[in-house]
Amino acid sequence: MAVTTDTASDERTTATDEAQVPRKQRTSGANVWFGVIAWIVGIAFFFPVFWMVLTSFKTEADAYTTTPKIIFEPTLEQYEGVFAAGIGPYLANSVAATVISTILVLLLGVPAAFALSLRPVQKTTDVLFFFISTKMLPVVAAIVPIYVVVNQIGMLDNIWTLIILYTGMNLPIAVWMMRSFFLEVPGELLEQASIDGAPLWRTLREIVLPIISPGIFATALICVIFAWNEFFFAVNLTAANAGTVPVFLVGFITSEGLYWAQLSAAATLAALPVVLAGWVAQNKLVQGLSFGAVK
Amino acid sequence: MAEVVFDQASRIYTPGAKPAVDKLSLTVADGDLVVLVGPSGSGKSTALRMLAGLEPIDAGSVRINGRDVVDVQPKDRDIAMVFQNYALYPSKTVAENMAFPLKMRGVEKEERAKRVREAADMLGLTEYLDRKPKALSGGQRQRVAMGRAIVREPQVFLMDEPLSNLDAKMRVQTRAQIAEMQNRLAVSTVYVTHDQVEAMTMGDKVAVLADGKLQQYATPPELYDRPANAFVAGFIGSPAMNLLELPRSSSGVTLGGIEIPLTREVTNAVGSRDKLTIGIRPEDWVLESTDADAGSVVKAVVDVVEELGSESYLYAHLAEDTATKIVVRGPGRVKVRFGDPIAVRPTAEALHVFDVESGERLD
Repeated sequence: MAVTTDTASDERTTATDEAQVPRKQRTSGANVWFGVIAWIVGIAFFFPVFWMVLTSFKTEADAYTTTPKIIFEPTLEQYEGVFAAGIGPYLANSVAATVISTILVLLLGVPAAFALSLRPVQKTTDVLFFFISTKMLPVVAAIVPIYVVVNQIGMLDNIWTLIILYTGMNLPIAVWMMRSFFLEVPGELLEQASIDGAPLWRTLREIVLPIISPGIFATALICVIFAWNEFFFAVNLTAANAGTVPVFLVGFITSEGLYWAQLSAAATLAALPVVLAGWVAQNKLVQGLSFGAVK
Repeated sequence: MAEVVFDQASRIYTPGAKPAVDKLSLTVADGDLVVLVGPSGSGKSTALRMLAGLEPIDAGSVRINGRDVVDVQPKDRDIAMVFQNYALYPSKTVAENMAFPLKMRGVEKEERAKRVREAADMLGLTEYLDRKPKALSGGQRQRVAMGRAIVREPQVFLMDEPLSNLDAKMRVQTRAQIAEMQNRLAVSTVYVTHDQVEAMTMGDKVAVLADGKLQQYATPPELYDRPANAFVAGFIGSPAMNLLELPRSSSGVTLGGIEIPLTREVTNAVGSRDKLTIGIRPEDWVLESTDADAGSVVKAVVDVVEELGSESYLYAHLAEDTATKIVVRGPGRVKVRFGDPIAVRPTAEALHVFDVESGERLD
């Protein structure tokens, strides 16, 4: 999954770089070789994904030919099969867990990041370290206590368990990212607002947030990707009711492992929303991630 | 309308360290424009920020119209500030930027629009009211920042190097505009700059700061004619005053083989010191013929000629002491070039005499 997005953006960067290089420079031999290497690496990453998408439109018979078929009659039969196998509720769970947890992360993370950027005090670094330290413990090590707690309070196989865990999982990264965006806002603006008499929340909403909205957007997208792709909590804490798409996919491999075309269709469906989101948002995303350079 | 008083006001960033602003005391009379000027790190911006409420006042007090503002929030000090980078809200239009402080004060919508319109008229911004700051030139942005300060109708204007992001021509133009506007509105103004030309041309009074300490607080002519110490002497005026450390002679000081006499009052003030720092402004030299008697003129060799059209500045070193450099103002179209010898004589009445150690003025 992550590979897909990386590959896609790799391809794009390569393409734009090539286009922007003035013609004179391109004649140098080294550049040609770098270009060739970049294309080889790009294709090596992209090809398996491309093959997966291609396979998802084949019949099982076409998918199994020993000389792989490039030309074939495309069919949506496999996608119908995946929906018939019941991916629907899993998709709904994934959407719920992703959207709600991302909204919660933003609601909690924006004020936290603003506070931490506003006036650095001695404890600021401690707080920031605490946030990031929660990411240091391997999730595998945390799963036993989490399982016991979730079991005790009767929240196993409940979508809200995943929503809370995903919020906790993404919050530290989001606060760190957004704090760096907040730090880019010139201090003069905040001082001007305080002389003008704007209360803090109004300064945040009317003056600061419009400036850093690309950064907030990029942060939200990263949270969406992480939550959508999360597998470990989902597979351990959910079953039929609250299972997400990755859980469905794994179950599908075991039960329908021999049906390559249908498996490819399921995997493509799982990958599609994030790729689409990344593609639609690519301008904002680049703007957001390179925020510091814009000032 | 307000009088602003700094009363022994200090800002100490780290206890025990040298204060950023050290017991600053000065009074801005109602309606005056006072310029705080000094090199970077002199504490001028910090002093302004203390008045704005953006920096705490660690000792002493600051009063606006008799009211001690040490514990008053910036928004309640009835001030308006213009920042170096203008601090315009990027997501708001020009009109919204200018109206924002009024909106925060709960001024009615019609009244807001009226005051924004008036200010925009005065500053020639009417046609830009619907634009975002991004779509304005530097000079226009600067005027929007001024406009936002004007619509507030505050007791005091604070300006922190408001011209330093403009190009040279724009700066001169805007300088005159600000001075004119300030005269018209007669609002007390504290203006910070590192540019002594701005200080001299705009200020009713000028406070020269260095190392957090007030060096002199006076009108521009006073600063120029009677600098209180060698620092002010060297800081005010362009090119800078020649400050030469010279040995005493029987009736004056010796420079380049000639004796420069000192007046009786100065001689009395100088006492038994055997060395003095003598200040001579570039225009206080007289260019003499190079054939003149060796005993009456100082011989020098030209290093650089700055031809300004109406006048010129000759940067030279003394013929007999190459380490001593002087700057001499000459007429426009001066004939001398690099390496030419010149002969100069200081005007005796125009000398400034300072103590070598403390830099204090002696006469």
